[in-house]
Amino acid sequence: MKARQRGSQKERKFPSMAIECLVLGAGQQVGKSCVVVSMNGKRIMFDCGMDMAYHDHRRHPDFSRISESGDFDKALTCIVITHFHLDHIGALPYFTEVCGYRGPIYMTYPTKALAPSMLEDYRKVMVERRGEEEQFTSEHIVECMKKVIAVDVKQTVQVDKDLMIRAYYAGHVLGAAMFYTKVGDSAIVYTGDYNMTPDRHLGAAQIDRLQLDLLITESTYATTIRDSKYSREAEFLKAVHKCVLGGGKVLIPTFALGRAQELCILLEDYWERMNLKIPIYFSSGLTMQANMYYKMLISWTSQKVKETYSTRNAFDFKHVLNFDRSMISAPGPCVLFATPGWISGGFSLEVFKQWAPSEMNLITLPGYCAAGTIGHKLMSGKRTKIDLDKDTQLDVRCQIHQLSFSPHTDAKGIMDLVKFLSPKHVILVHGEKPKMATLKGRIYSELGIRCDDPANNETVCIPSTHHVEVGASNTFIRSSLNPNFNFSKISSEDESDSRLKDGKFMPWLQVKDERAAEGILVEEKSKRAKIVHQDELLLMLGEKKHDIRFAYCFPINTDNLEDTKSTDVSSSSNALSMSGRCSWLPMLYIKLSDELSGGNIQYFGEQIQVESFSVSLCLKDRCPYRIVDSPPNKCEAVFFCCTWSIADEKLAWKIISILENLDYGTC
Amino acid sequence: MKFTCLSKGGGFHFPPCHILNVCGFRILFDCPLDLSALTIFSPVPIGYRDVVDEKDSDLDSDCVTWKRQKIGKPLDANDLICAVPWYKIVKYLHLWNVSFIDVVLISSPMGMLGLPFLTRMKGFSAKIYVTEVTARLGQLMMDDLVSMHMEFRQFYGPEGSTFPRWMEQEELDLQPSALREVVLGKDGAELGGWMPLYSAADVKDCLQKVQTLRYAEEVCYNGKLVIKAFSSGLEIGTCNWSINGPKRDIAFISSSIFVPAHAMSFDYHALQGKDIILYSDLSSLDTMEGVEDGYSFLTTDSFSTLSWEESAKALLNTSEHLEEREKLYYLCSCATDSLKASGSVLIPINRLGTFIQLLEQISASLESSSLKVPIYVISSVAEELLAYTNVIPEWLCKERQEKLFSGEPLFAHVKLIKDNKLHVLPAVHSPKLLTNWQEPCIVFCPHWCLRLGPVVHLLHRWSGDPNSLLVLESGQDVQRALLPFQPMEMKVLQCSFLSGIKLPKILPLLNVLQPKITLLPEDLRQKVRFTNVNPFSVFHYSENKTLIIPSLKDSSELEIATDLAFQFQWRNLKHENMNITRLKGELHVDHGKHWLHSGNKPSKLNSSKRRPLLHWGTPNLETLLSILSKMGINASVEQGVGVEGSEKACKVHVHDPKKALIEMGETGTVISAVDENLASLIFEAIDSILDGI
Ligand SMILES: [Zn+2]
Ligand SMILES: [Zn+2]
Repeated sequence: MKARQRGSQKERKFPSMAIECLVLGAGQQVGKSCVVVSMNGKRIMFDCGMDMAYHDHRRHPDFSRISESGDFDKALTCIVITHFHLDHIGALPYFTEVCGYRGPIYMTYPTKALAPSMLEDYRKVMVERRGEEEQFTSEHIVECMKKVIAVDVKQTVQVDKDLMIRAYYAGHVLGAAMFYTKVGDSAIVYTGDYNMTPDRHLGAAQIDRLQLDLLITESTYATTIRDSKYSREAEFLKAVHKCVLGGGKVLIPTFALGRAQELCILLEDYWERMNLKIPIYFSSGLTMQANMYYKMLISWTSQKVKETYSTRNAFDFKHVLNFDRSMISAPGPCVLFATPGWISGGFSLEVFKQWAPSEMNLITLPGYCAAGTIGHKLMSGKRTKIDLDKDTQLDVRCQIHQLSFSPHTDAKGIMDLVKFLSPKHVILVHGEKPKMATLKGRIYSELGIRCDDPANNETVCIPSTHHVEVGASNTFIRSSLNPNFNFSKISSEDESDSRLKDGKFMPWLQVKDERAAEGILVEEKSKRAKIVHQDELLLMLGEKKHDIRFAYCFPINTDNLEDTKSTDVSSSSNALSMSGRCSWLPMLYIKLSDELSGGNIQYFGEQIQVESFSVSLCLKDRCPYRIVDSPPNKCEAVFFCCTWSIADEKLAWKIISILENLDYGTC
Repeated sequence: MKFTCLSKGGGFHFPPCHILNVCGFRILFDCPLDLSALTIFSPVPIGYRDVVDEKDSDLDSDCVTWKRQKIGKPLDANDLICAVPWYKIVKYLHLWNVSFIDVVLISSPMGMLGLPFLTRMKGFSAKIYVTEVTARLGQLMMDDLVSMHMEFRQFYGPEGSTFPRWMEQEELDLQPSALREVVLGKDGAELGGWMPLYSAADVKDCLQKVQTLRYAEEVCYNGKLVIKAFSSGLEIGTCNWSINGPKRDIAFISSSIFVPAHAMSFDYHALQGKDIILYSDLSSLDTMEGVEDGYSFLTTDSFSTLSWEESAKALLNTSEHLEEREKLYYLCSCATDSLKASGSVLIPINRLGTFIQLLEQISASLESSSLKVPIYVISSVAEELLAYTNVIPEWLCKERQEKLFSGEPLFAHVKLIKDNKLHVLPAVHSPKLLTNWQEPCIVFCPHWCLRLGPVVHLLHRWSGDPNSLLVLESGQDVQRALLPFQPMEMKVLQCSFLSGIKLPKILPLLNVLQPKITLLPEDLRQKVRFTNVNPFSVFHYSENKTLIIPSLKDSSELEIATDLAFQFQWRNLKHENMNITRLKGELHVDHGKHWLHSGNKPSKLNSSKRRPLLHWGTPNLETLLSILSKMGINASVEQGVGVEGSEKACKVHVHDPKKALIEMGETGTVISAVDENLASLIFEAIDSILDGI
């Protein structure tokens, strides 16, 4: 006897690792986005933002949680930055130049081009206006940006042999991207901020249907549903127009890039249409230089703006002039774009102090302002008195227009994206806690997808997908991809569908293409496992097949069969008009067809075949397989011989019992 | 896998064209036009529309009634065909049924010029992939071609749909042999490749049928082929292709430049580790006649034994780029010499990269020699082309991208236009040109074949001026090109520009890429010699011969879902040192890979009681009897009953507990028992003495 283990369940080690998400920022809040994801041995930091509402260590993500020792190069595979907003990139120069991270950093071309001005703007506000100790210098920004690798949308970037990243267009601001990240079989998408509807200067977010273990999405507007953006834009233009017609001044506090260009495109277009001559100014922080970037990066804007590149680039603003500090108290109406946004300090605060006390003037505010900023205070209800600091109070009498069009997706957009991607798991970040909880509930109840909304410094672990790679023989692949039609008659309940056609009974056939792949996986020492077709295995082993079959020969009382013929099958007797001994097999066929629902029963004249089971008339006097004792009384018995293989063991005995039962009771 | 080279092409403007059969799909690489063949036509005659002084044209010029020359005389201008030109596509392409093409991969704008001929054909339904920039530049080139061609239509009147007279046999017989060879080809097979030009609507329709890609963007054709474009460095937006299928990974290398001065550099790292390389950079063949390549024959062999590191280093050698820069300097100095002598400079070079660099270089040298001379760019698409180059930073070389990051324009022409040093005009007769025109000047305009576009008018104007300079790209038949403009007093400067991988770098490149199989053109057989140490095999291809590439693996990759893998019940075959298990699932093909998932239905296989379905080995009767008796089954052997011929067989009779018969032979066993239970027990006993799965 050959030595061999029977059916031994050998221990196999398959990787069963999880994806680990450490939320360092934007957990149940907006501000300092930073999520560190570990998957299959790689560790990626998504965004490295700062929180404008804080002036102490809380403004930065708690980097010590990534590495106690501070060896960030070892702890992280790479950093991915989604867009140039400070709550996504603000802590990056600090992390690379002060904390000493030297590994690769990925962001899109526009983000790499525009981020330095954003960071420099912010640095100036911090140091020059607030007089704070600087977190990083201008040189730090330059050095930091040298480490950045720019990527294009849809470009498949191989960070290393195993880690692949790909940016998808996210709308929101110029160059904003969602990042698809794949290591082995595990894949996630981190959205950053995104917009699911196009606006005048940017397109809507676009992504492929991907197989995802995890989607980490922003949820700024977790419960808000917004109507068309165009009507909101019209409201803004109307408010501005009304103000300048009344001789008032309009202050639009913005950051250097993004909102400024978006609103400016709106105003330019409106000024042109209405033939307005009132000056539009850019404050010194908003140089025309910024527009130069936009001109070169026009392919990242909306379809409509994109098309203008050859005739007149939409970012060649005709009506825009530079603003001088001396013009703050000059008479006459105007529109002024001033940095920084949210009126957190700097020039916009300076102008605000001068213009806010007059009812004629107008100040526009974005849909979101970081907590602790003047903008935030203006947004929250009573706004007649604003505390500038401990000692100064400002009387605010001007109009305030809150821009209700936001570059963030609304709740419907988030749900649409989650539904479209159908990930196995969702993590919500970048939102407000109570609203996130509501959205989380909806995602689970409406889409059946597990969802988390971790707080800062919490870690979420989710399982990840794995596959085992093996070889597969051509024969196996071919046999598996060949159509495998399965014919079956419909069950008796559906008899109404059976039709008599042209006087013939047409059994209703169901045809199914069941392409089940069946093969044998062979694993040899020092060779890659390979799937082969059953027929190939013996060739591989150099062995001969030993066929094991079952056989059984038994009598059936023929009187009984005559009964069957006369009663059950009158309708089909025409088609099967035979008599005498020859007709017994067709009788069995009809009987079996009735009794076995769904079996693939075939009649070949000499025999009936069901899968590997076949039965035929036994004409031998002494059949070796006539193992049962002959019937006691020798009434008209006919012998049938059948044979089958192990695969159809159950089926075979079932058929035998059906056929043998025909005999009982009569003899 | 099958590979057929339809055309080796010729030079930068006429790239090669191939068809590849892989995975059951037919892939066409490029669909160029042989525009050099246009030189057999006569340009629209002078006087029809003059350059600056817009006189009414005199249609009855004697050129319409052209005189035929006897064969054998040297060609002169009167030999040229006076008719609306037709255009010549790849010679063997028209022999293929276009409806059988599944995928078209376009590597460069030049490789796209013949595409509208395909897309307007009935039955053509292939998926066309092309980079975003190549599609745009290709469209501009085709639009320009259609608009330049209009001039012929206006002159000769609309073309009839019938066969033109010059293509008729009697006419062909009268033509000088040189012209006849262009029309018919060496083997006479090329007559079918001539087509009347497509219309603007055809171009538009063609562009709607292409799918544009970014570099390294992944597309999956039919689940089986994962296709990606990687920069080739030849021009902005040109690419090489990576095609990954379930059975092999292929890289297609078109003409590539390692460190170009404008476009993103040749991304050869992305092509590393492919199974097969289709090497289609034939640029080194074009320069073969030149003197400069004398050394390459000697150096090639020594490279063949280079290590990977040495090869990688050899690729970084930048001597060819210094050479290119020197050429441009020389060209600029010739231009300034002419200008100083009050001659004008005419540059009908339509290679975007060379054009942009020359523009920068010449304006700089004008600046330094304080020459105040206007530069004109005249073409129907020039304005759009120049604007476009400034909005595609993602497609440019590192140095240009740095300009984006520092907020400067990507190319100098932005500032030149602003400073009114560069004038961009749609045509020679545009009003803006008439008011601005000033000589001497420098003019960049199409078309390099000297039969179409503004260059024809300007050549007629300046051909008699010995101080003026015409800059041509070498490689074309200059004699024939200049025929209509004889006598030529103008100075003619011929320049060759880097158009691909130089011969000495081919072997180091292959060493670095490490393919298993390389396909090289037959013409390179003698020039790139391989020693036995090369780990890859080489096939040589030639025009219109199909190469059959043997399959590398007899198996495909397959990914098994872990949930399925966990259900495996392994059997250990000790003597073979092998483990085997049955598996069943649903097979999918996606992203060039096969995937096996457990599927929806619970399968029979995964039920707890699983019995081997396939057996092998020779059963031992003694062992069987002892196992049966352990099971409480008593059996006796009936020996030597010769059942069915010579086969050694025996019968085992069972009486206790019930009746059964076991018929055992060399190749099979039959079990016959009174009931299911006993049959099953006997099966188990036999199963245990055989190997099975
Ligand atoms: Zn943002
Ligand atoms: Zn944000």
